[in-house]
Amino acid sequence: MSGLRFAAWRVVLGLITLWLLSVIVFAAARVLPGDVGRAILGPLADARAVAALDHALGADRGALASYIEWSRGLLQGDFGVSYAYRTPVAPLVAVALGRSLRLACLILAVAVPPALAAGLTAAHFAGGRIDRLLTLGGLALTVVPEFVTAILAMLVFGIALRWLPISAEPPPGAGAGTWLRHLILPALPGAVALFGYLARTLREASLAALQSDYLRAAILKGLAWPAILVRHLLPNVLPLLLTVLAAQLSYLLGGLVVVETLFRYPGIGLLILSAGRAHDFPLLQASVLVLGAFVVAASLAADLAVRWLTPRAA
Amino acid sequence: MSGPALEIAGLSVRFGRRSILHDVSLSVAAGGATGLVGESGCGKTTLALAVLRGLPPQAEIAGRISVAGQRLDPLDRAALRRLRARQIAFVFQDPVRALNPALRIGRQLAESFRLLGQTAQEGRRESLALLARLRIAEPERLLRAYPHEISGGQAQRVGLAMAFAKRPALLVLDEPTTGLDPDATASMLDLVAGLRSERGTALLLISHDLAAVGRSCDRIGVLYAGTLVEEGPASALLARPRHPYTSALARCAPRGSARRRGPLPTIEGGLPDPAEPPPGCRFTPRCPFAKRDCRAGALPAATRLDHVVLCNHPDQAWPDPPGGLPASAPREDVVLSAEKLSVRRQGRVIAGPLSLRLRAGETLGVSGRSGSGKSSLLRSLLGLLPPAAGTLNLAGSPLAPDWRQRRRAELAAIQPVFQNPDEALNRALTVRAILLRPLRRLAGLSRAEAARRLRPILDQVRLDPALLDRHPRSLSGGQRQRVAIAHALASGPRVLLCDEPTTALDLSVQAAILNLLVELRDRDGLAILLVSHDSGVIGFLCDHEIHIGGTQ
Ligand SMILES: Nc1ncnc2c1ncn2[C@@H]1O[C@H](COP(=O)(O)OP(=O)(O)O)[C@@H](O)[C@H]1O
Ligand SMILES: [Mg+2]
Repeated sequence: MSGLRFAAWRVVLGLITLWLLSVIVFAAARVLPGDVGRAILGPLADARAVAALDHALGADRGALASYIEWSRGLLQGDFGVSYAYRTPVAPLVAVALGRSLRLACLILAVAVPPALAAGLTAAHFAGGRIDRLLTLGGLALTVVPEFVTAILAMLVFGIALRWLPISAEPPPGAGAGTWLRHLILPALPGAVALFGYLARTLREASLAALQSDYLRAAILKGLAWPAILVRHLLPNVLPLLLTVLAAQLSYLLGGLVVVETLFRYPGIGLLILSAGRAHDFPLLQASVLVLGAFVVAASLAADLAVRWLTPRAA
Repeated sequence: MSGPALEIAGLSVRFGRRSILHDVSLSVAAGGATGLVGESGCGKTTLALAVLRGLPPQAEIAGRISVAGQRLDPLDRAALRRLRARQIAFVFQDPVRALNPALRIGRQLAESFRLLGQTAQEGRRESLALLARLRIAEPERLLRAYPHEISGGQAQRVGLAMAFAKRPALLVLDEPTTGLDPDATASMLDLVAGLRSERGTALLLISHDLAAVGRSCDRIGVLYAGTLVEEGPASALLARPRHPYTSALARCAPRGSARRRGPLPTIEGGLPDPAEPPPGCRFTPRCPFAKRDCRAGALPAATRLDHVVLCNHPDQAWPDPPGGLPASAPREDVVLSAEKLSVRRQGRVIAGPLSLRLRAGETLGVSGRSGSGKSSLLRSLLGLLPPAAGTLNLAGSPLAPDWRQRRRAELAAIQPVFQNPDEALNRALTVRAILLRPLRRLAGLSRAEAARRLRPILDQVRLDPALLDRHPRSLSGGQRQRVAIAHALASGPRVLLCDEPTTALDLSVQAAILNLLVELRDRDGLAILLVSHDSGVIGFLCDHEIHIGGTQ
């Protein structure tokens, strides 16, 4: 299959996935117990007021009718209006997603280079003390819950040492440096977990590459280590790295609810959670769908990159 | 240059308790050529890697190695790197796997020139020139290709080009001729000889093919189970091998016809476990001439005119192998025939039209250069590659060209044996499961009946029943090929289609497999079609021969 046809086919598959996702979210939202008007007006409100609000919001219509209307709006670029905030959904989602993206990028920047270095080092000294330390340490890091890392980081670097601010949002009008300083502590828990997982995966891949004939041939040719690592080993572990990262993206964007809560950094994960609690269907559907679109696009990009990097699979 | 290109003195290599090389001394004169011969597993590749100081760190190495007058062991990393970049070139046993799958050939070749301080442009120009010298038809295209897009022969030439990018004092070729047909072997060795004489490069040629080594080397060393049992001038060693192992190796090569001369001599047994090598001479367990003194202590090295042999009782003549079955004549009934068959691959007719006729108890040889369509012909008979034209006949009735339209009995009647048993056998299964499958599916036996058939089939291929619960990868090459033949026999076929069944095997193992095929033919009346590029093998086994020369 040519690269273009492959990409087109993957885009079609991605769209089908998103459509299925929208149906599932829609259906799931309708079976949540309780109703919208009650959630907004509270338990003491009069039943008639609740019914009136439901009617005003359009929440009392049949599921199919509202799904059709919602999809029609979506196709025209209209995500609808939030029940809870009474404002258009799109800006709310955009702000939250922006926060999550920034956090995810910082996590990647903090976790990937050391994980690569650790994986390569462990593979190079396979079976040795450094290898055992890194493998066991990596395993330990992946199983520590994020809130433990988060609270520890907060206590040590934020409160005891006072090196870093413990609130994630910088004061308004702050520069990039301040912004980064505020985000370092929130990035740590995710980075630690990702590091542990990546380092172990990369160790396996590097070990396989190091024991291959082509790498031995590169060594016996008389190449220097940096050239061997960059030119011969990296191209063969990069595909795996990309695949793993793409698979981790939904976690990095939407799965860090605990961290977002602890550091008061309302990203897309927290937005989804609160929209679900409030029965805010338009907001819930839009945020899940946008998150899904990001994940699908990332996995498509990773697949294309992997294809390009591994000529044999093409 | 000062002194020899390579000098190895008292080299021993151990991996933990396993003694892989033991007190090996060998040298290659500057500009000269030395061959190193021995069965697979006897330590040839280990020796080659030791010469490049390329053994893994857990190897314990003793002894002294010098390349171009430079001792290897005191070199630091940078000096070792320089030595590898400029003085020693190594071409791997499997040239395809020695290329990085993620990089284009051009980049990998250019790297070798860059190491010598040349610019990318110079590197590219010289790559093209060198590839043209190595008779690569479209060098530009090769440079753009990825390793999986090129053939084994091309990959080998790429390896040679990388080697000759420098002017190495020493070139080490690890089994470069294994799997090549005689024409390809000769032309490859000629090309190497030409480039070597230009650059003054000495050669260490590793092979299990005595004849190929004899043609291009002035000296030959014979390695057995990690010890160098004989070393001397090539002509003397080939004309009058002195060690029993060397003379046995020389006798294993197929000669004459099995119908007239009976089975080939083989060497019974296998290599000793490197963790517990026999004391004294390591060949004693397989040597019919061994006496008590061979099992005790060190051996005297007998030297006669620069020809060293490590043996207490050299210069013995091996007894003739026991005569096989009385040679039976082929029977009259034609089992498989093809009329005007045109073999087509990827929409192109690549061989034929040709007709063939195979009788019970008869062997038909198919020869031809590599790429001439021998394997495709075989796949056409199997119904895996429906032909462009022509008809097939099995025991008098027409046979569908596509295997999916063949009946079960027809599928059972024609069975293949391939060159590489590793690829043909399912790695995840035990030998028992591998053999039960065709018994149940093709022969249609019940579970109990199939289990009862296992023993006779193992006996037929002379395989130890103790191996039934092992996995193929824990078996030797010869045992694996026997399992593959047993797998083919399980369905009770009348025709065996063998595609280079012994090319991947050592000569001694090949001899035993060829004897087995003769036995299946003469005792059990099987019809055998044998694809081979080796005229010795065809002459030994076949009653008739057809030659495929591509499309005419
Ligand atoms: N890295 C290693 N660790 C342990 N054993 C090894 C290693 N490399 C080779 N060997 C053993 O050394 C023996 C000789 O192997 P090799 O040199 O590849 O033989 P040849 O090239 O003659 O076929 C084999 O028994 C093999 O199992
Ligand atoms: Mg070898």
